[in-house]
Amino acid sequence: MNKKVNNSFSNDQLLKFYEKMFLIRKFEEKAAQLYGAGKIGGFCHLYIGQEAVVIGILSSINSEDTVITAYRDHGHILARGVDPKSVMSELTGRKDGISKGKGGSMHMFSKANRFYGGHGIVGAQVPIGVGIGFAHKYRNEKKISRVYLGDGAMSNGQVFEAFNLASLWELPILFIIENNKYGMGTSIGRSAAGGELYERATVFGIKGEKVDGMNFFTVSESAIRAREYIEKNSKPYIIEMDTYRFRGHSMSDPGLYRTKDEVNKMKEIDPVLMMKETLLNDYKIQEDTIKDIESDIKKQIKDVEKFSLESPLPDLKELYTEVYL
Amino acid sequence: MKILLPALSPTMETGNLVKWLVKEGDSVVSGDILAEIETDKATMELESPDDGKVEKILVKEGTENIIVNTEIALLKVDGEEIEEIPEKPIEKSPQVSSKESEPLASEVNISMNSLLNQTKENSGEKNWSEKEISMREALNQAIEEEMKLDKDVFLLGEEVAEYDGAYKVTQGLLDKFGSKRVLDTPISEHGFTGLAIGAAMAGLKPICEFMTFNFSMQAIDQIVNSAAKSLYMSGGEINVPIVFRGPNGAAARVGAQHSQCFISWFSHIPGLIVIAPSNARDAKGLLKSSIRNPNPVVFLEHELLYKEKTNVPEENDFLIPIGKGNLIKEGKDVTIIGFSMSVQRILNALPSIEKLGISPDIIDLRSIKPLDEELIYKSVKKTNRVVIVEDGFGTTSFGSHLSYLIQSNCFDFLDSEIIKVSGKDVPMPYAENLEKLALPNTDEIVSAVKKVSYIN
Repeated sequence: MNKKVNNSFSNDQLLKFYEKMFLIRKFEEKAAQLYGAGKIGGFCHLYIGQEAVVIGILSSINSEDTVITAYRDHGHILARGVDPKSVMSELTGRKDGISKGKGGSMHMFSKANRFYGGHGIVGAQVPIGVGIGFAHKYRNEKKISRVYLGDGAMSNGQVFEAFNLASLWELPILFIIENNKYGMGTSIGRSAAGGELYERATVFGIKGEKVDGMNFFTVSESAIRAREYIEKNSKPYIIEMDTYRFRGHSMSDPGLYRTKDEVNKMKEIDPVLMMKETLLNDYKIQEDTIKDIESDIKKQIKDVEKFSLESPLPDLKELYTEVYL
Repeated sequence: MKILLPALSPTMETGNLVKWLVKEGDSVVSGDILAEIETDKATMELESPDDGKVEKILVKEGTENIIVNTEIALLKVDGEEIEEIPEKPIEKSPQVSSKESEPLASEVNISMNSLLNQTKENSGEKNWSEKEISMREALNQAIEEEMKLDKDVFLLGEEVAEYDGAYKVTQGLLDKFGSKRVLDTPISEHGFTGLAIGAAMAGLKPICEFMTFNFSMQAIDQIVNSAAKSLYMSGGEINVPIVFRGPNGAAARVGAQHSQCFISWFSHIPGLIVIAPSNARDAKGLLKSSIRNPNPVVFLEHELLYKEKTNVPEENDFLIPIGKGNLIKEGKDVTIIGFSMSVQRILNALPSIEKLGISPDIIDLRSIKPLDEELIYKSVKKTNRVVIVEDGFGTTSFGSHLSYLIQSNCFDFLDSEIIKVSGKDVPMPYAENLEKLALPNTDEIVSAVKKVSYIN
């Protein structure tokens, strides 16, 4: 169970955050099923286990703030408020997908929802996200560019070039490391020398911290602290999220690099269940209220599934469109 | 001791003596500044090579186009015999260049300017107010004009601001636009290219300079995977209005890692526009169009062309459309196709080709992607013979693809095989004679023209 912390959220707001976490969980479980049924192709990286990170950060976000991430992006685009139907239809490669079926799981974008992808090359989204932060500063916009990266990207060279630029040019950026302990099948201990990952950014003069990424409340608290720091100092900030993915790297991951025991142990601190227990026990929210939310989401996911399978394949003439504007 | 005008950059052939900081009779010690010399890239200080007395100044200050290695002063060094002094000081160098490189077209009396004037007349283009300037100045004007017109345009790269540009293309822009819009970056091509792409995704219009395109290899993932593909992958949601520009190809004796043509690399990628101008006028009109284009544009300049001059319109609305080649010389017997520096190589070979009684169509592609196929096929259907000249390596080159396109679209019109004169498939050597051999030359172009014309 999450420890109750001081926060200014109303019960309704907290329920909304829970609803989003639950939506991501159920969406991803459905995606896994559809992948197994051959309805989703290619690579499919599920967000299950990391929901507290994206929703904790969301709780601190200004709606005008921009977000960018790598390939494990379903949870992120859903958190940003994009219609789950258009996300699932992208996974099934259909006409009504958010990228018209031309992007796939790793390549989804929505300018209207300030979501800049969805990038398939590990680390590449980091300098791009710094560039989005550059644009915010250039235009004197009061926005923060939120740049997500994994523990694997923290050993990628361009990420350090980006940290240097972000700090040197004092750009309004929040870097969020989703440290789920494995870059594909290589554990952090086998890939990263030295101390904590976030400390690799602090050497560039970026202030940072490491927090429990399985707990919505600790994530939210640090995200709010980070936002206040960035707004006050016009400088970047970095948070390392201690988190875990319950599923494989992608759907085709045999999972040979970690034990079942380890995964099961981590499931004891399932972020969605812990959030629910906290709402029930500490915030005294009625169980029925939560059940209603959950059953609505389950129903919604059924509709999403149906929609994403009924949406037609893209028109063949789409092959040659949108190569150039 | 003779003080000679030193070569202060790889491409410097002549220099200007801006100012003497010593006068005859002055005592100097090694390292004292004797004079200011203006090179093709910057104004540099000339230091005294030894302790002694300035015996004689041989070249007056203000003298321009002094050939490298010209004696400009005599220094009396203790213990050294006084050398013979020429009777009259040199005021102006008699020739432009003494280097053993291939002459540029301007030196073999085929003026790019007159060819461009002719094509302008033929196409009925409007009369602009024009001024003869170098490609370097033309690019600078293009950037300045577009930055004035659109506050979303900004410039970043290594040494573009305080250093005034490694090749002086961005000279003076920092003073005009300030450090918010003209930004020196760290030596982080991968990082700042990604940053520029992100800024473009968020709606700005960056001009991302690579000091040379050799360094763009550090960033090619961002160019290919992020800039080129985002529009498609996002179903049209995210466009990347950015210009990647800088010198491409072989300059002069800078060795394998700094001498390579990347036209074939970038033109391979769907989503990129690729431009390679051969002259100042096209460079300005095409760079302005590139900055205004909503797609990622790879704009490949050539260092050896930076100093070449043509008439260039001064108006803001002078644009050359992307995707349009230029028939710079109209003939009938053979179509010779080039772009960027290879156009100059073709013009160098032109007198020898004409001596054979052959009158070629010469096409300057200007845009590599999109390609002006119509212009090419029209010419080929007229001449029935084709020679392609490119500086890049021949294997899997852009010229190879062009040759495929021509045979595929004009098969029944060809009277001969298509010949491609490419750079040799070797890392660029440093030695002057080997470097020259590695690049397409006049003899190879003339031989190719003879071969497609069945002349022995």
